[in-house]
Amino acid sequence: MDRRDFLKMLALSGAAFTIKQSKAMSLLTQRFSGKEINENYDLVAVLGGTPVEMFRKGIAEFGGMGNFVKKGYKVVVKPNIGWDKTPEYAATTNPELVAEIIRQCFRAGAKEVTVFDHTCDDWRKCYASSGIEAAAKAAGAKVLPADLESYYEAISLPRAKSLKSAKVHKAILESDVWINVPILKNHGGAKMTISMKNHMGIVWDRGFFHSHDLQQCIADICTMSKPAILNVVDAYRIMKTNGPRGKSEADVVLAKGLFMSQDIVAVDTAATNFFNQVRAMPLESVGHLAKAQELKVGTTNLNQLKIKRIKM
Amino acid sequence: MLKKLRVIISLLFFIPITFYFLDFRGVLPQQFHWLAKIQLVPALLSLNLIILLVIVGITLFFGRIYCSSVCPLGIFQDIVLWVSKHFNKKKKFKFSSAKNFLRWSVLGISIITFFLGFSFLTGFFDPYSIYGRMATHLFKPVYMEGNNLLAGIFNAAGFHSLYKVQIFMLSISTFLIAMAMMLIIGYLAWKNGRLYCNTICPVGTVLGFLSKYSLFKIRFDQEQCNSCGLCSMKCKSSCIDAKNKSIDYSRCVDCFNCIEACNRNGLKFSPNFSTQRKKVENESAMNIDENKRRFMSTLAVSSLAVAALPQEGIKIKNFHRVKRETPISPPGSKSAENLMSACTSCHLCVSKCPSQIIRPSLLEYGLGGIMQPILSFEKGFCNYDCTVCTEVCPSGALMNLTKEEKHKNQMGQVHFIMEDCIVYKDGTSCGACSEHCPTQAVSMVPYKNELTIPQTDTGICVGCGACEYACPAFPNKAIYVEGLKVHQQATIKKEKTNQKINVEDFGF
Repeated sequence: MDRRDFLKMLALSGAAFTIKQSKAMSLLTQRFSGKEINENYDLVAVLGGTPVEMFRKGIAEFGGMGNFVKKGYKVVVKPNIGWDKTPEYAATTNPELVAEIIRQCFRAGAKEVTVFDHTCDDWRKCYASSGIEAAAKAAGAKVLPADLESYYEAISLPRAKSLKSAKVHKAILESDVWINVPILKNHGGAKMTISMKNHMGIVWDRGFFHSHDLQQCIADICTMSKPAILNVVDAYRIMKTNGPRGKSEADVVLAKGLFMSQDIVAVDTAATNFFNQVRAMPLESVGHLAKAQELKVGTTNLNQLKIKRIKM
Repeated sequence: MLKKLRVIISLLFFIPITFYFLDFRGVLPQQFHWLAKIQLVPALLSLNLIILLVIVGITLFFGRIYCSSVCPLGIFQDIVLWVSKHFNKKKKFKFSSAKNFLRWSVLGISIITFFLGFSFLTGFFDPYSIYGRMATHLFKPVYMEGNNLLAGIFNAAGFHSLYKVQIFMLSISTFLIAMAMMLIIGYLAWKNGRLYCNTICPVGTVLGFLSKYSLFKIRFDQEQCNSCGLCSMKCKSSCIDAKNKSIDYSRCVDCFNCIEACNRNGLKFSPNFSTQRKKVENESAMNIDENKRRFMSTLAVSSLAVAALPQEGIKIKNFHRVKRETPISPPGSKSAENLMSACTSCHLCVSKCPSQIIRPSLLEYGLGGIMQPILSFEKGFCNYDCTVCTEVCPSGALMNLTKEEKHKNQMGQVHFIMEDCIVYKDGTSCGACSEHCPTQAVSMVPYKNELTIPQTDTGICVGCGACEYACPAFPNKAIYVEGLKVHQQATIKKEKTNQKINVEDFGF
């Protein structure tokens, strides 16, 4: 290699480096620090209604969807569509809830709403059986696949302990804001799957999570520089046992709950406490909650927060 | 006129069956599998008497119509030939004698080896299955690649009705076999027309034999014909001897090109002419005698040869780097043995499997089972509620299962190796296997501290391979499915009735 070649290479690699850097920078600028948006409450919990009614009550307490979605925004709504199961089995997010969120995004002026999940079962079957594809399309959203690596782009996670980088679906990276809409379920490995665990549907390599300390990786991915603008936990039907896939309707409890917050750790803590009434689930056993608090993603101390509780 | 009719009918069969093989998006309804079920060898193996009677009946009436309109490999050769004519406008065929010894030998060997449980050759020579393999391993990847290109353009333009699909090699050996077959048969078709059909194809041999006795035949009009030989030049089966005004009906596939070619109306497709009949029959009777003798001797020799092969000895173990000792045969196959007794490796199940987990085997089933479908959990697992493969199988090798029957069908059993498990090795949470398990034959039970570790219940396992696919342990998977020589019934545990739980409070 002569000097000229070396310099060329240096210049090229330098240029390549700046591209990556600037991308990370642009993501940083889009970051929301949450607290500024809602002055009223940190967390809203609603009990006793249909998913749509509960969401309408809840979002009203946050001052409406317009506080999160601005005119012309590209929005991603990320439900849990992981399994080839119909809604009664509570393995996937309630499709009516997803549709209502999409409609409210459009009403708030969103230019485009996208829905996707990196599913475990065949994505075409999951999208169809869950009822989410049909409901989302009817509400005007774009439904994207997530089954190929080419849909993903690597981001680095400097605050993470185990998962130093991850490939995240481009729809999330290219959106203005994204809304995380998990369903409340028991999980054989992670103990609970709620908002934080729902991030495993935005990444490509789930196997890495499982083989490199699952609880830590779940906490790590939540340090990404573009957190969900809002977490809406669907606890209308919850999966008590045999989660996250479930076997039969015997695993399902009609709990009629909904939890919303910008603090992902807080909302998962609240949802875990709620679940604890159905089946014993001490917070300490759900390792990723404490690990995320340690990474300053959010707080498990609900007493510090202003919480609005609504019974319908 | 007849020729046009033949071309139209053949395309009406050929285009849908080809598209059915390629169609990964499910545009054609599943019911189009009837196109595969009307093929002769699958109908024979599934003992579909109605189809068999219809095919034999049509042949006894009109001759080898089947070969020119239903058989996809036959039509494929016609298309190659049609293309070749555009490159060589002066293409001429000429009469050649029948290669009867070869034909009957191939047929005999296919039958004998089949009855001895070595079904590889049956599927290897079956024309429908050859075409199925070509469609699955050669055309479908091209179709998918085309789809991906289009989807790329569409998606970039903001339309998402098309989606990209992952393309990968299902089996190198089968790909090579399919490629070689296409090149050889294609080359023969380009040069010599229907040579494969009339020298190798066992279906062609049987139907050719029957069509000697068919009612309708292409016949010379002794008065009109001046033996100019135009018909013979156009005959892609090389079966018209214009000089002697005779036709070898065992090779005529009823393409009607000769009738079209004749300027003097010297050939007719018509029932019996008593004067000619004798002559032709005498001739063929002579042929048969001679052939029969050779056929019988081949039969004897080859059956001895195959019987002499040690049945277990030809299995080669551990060729693949799989821990599995027994291969997993697809749902509805009942057992590997049953699969091999009816499967012709047409690979319709391979092509139609939405999870792309059915692949051609190499030597897992032994030499006789090469190319037959086997499950691989490398890129996916068997969807719990999916029964597509059992529905499409034309030969009865995979019995049709309802969803409920499939939920009980155990094609393998889960094996857990704790020493390789991440929970045991690293002391961290995982549960990937259990979360994918549809029956909870793998469930997570309390282990040290707050950890849970897999526990297996082989009795309720269906062998879907979801656990094996999901297991992230490296280098050895900590959980895998061991095949069963004979599929079993999984027990389905009665679920406890859902006690109604009311959640009145927030809990925080």
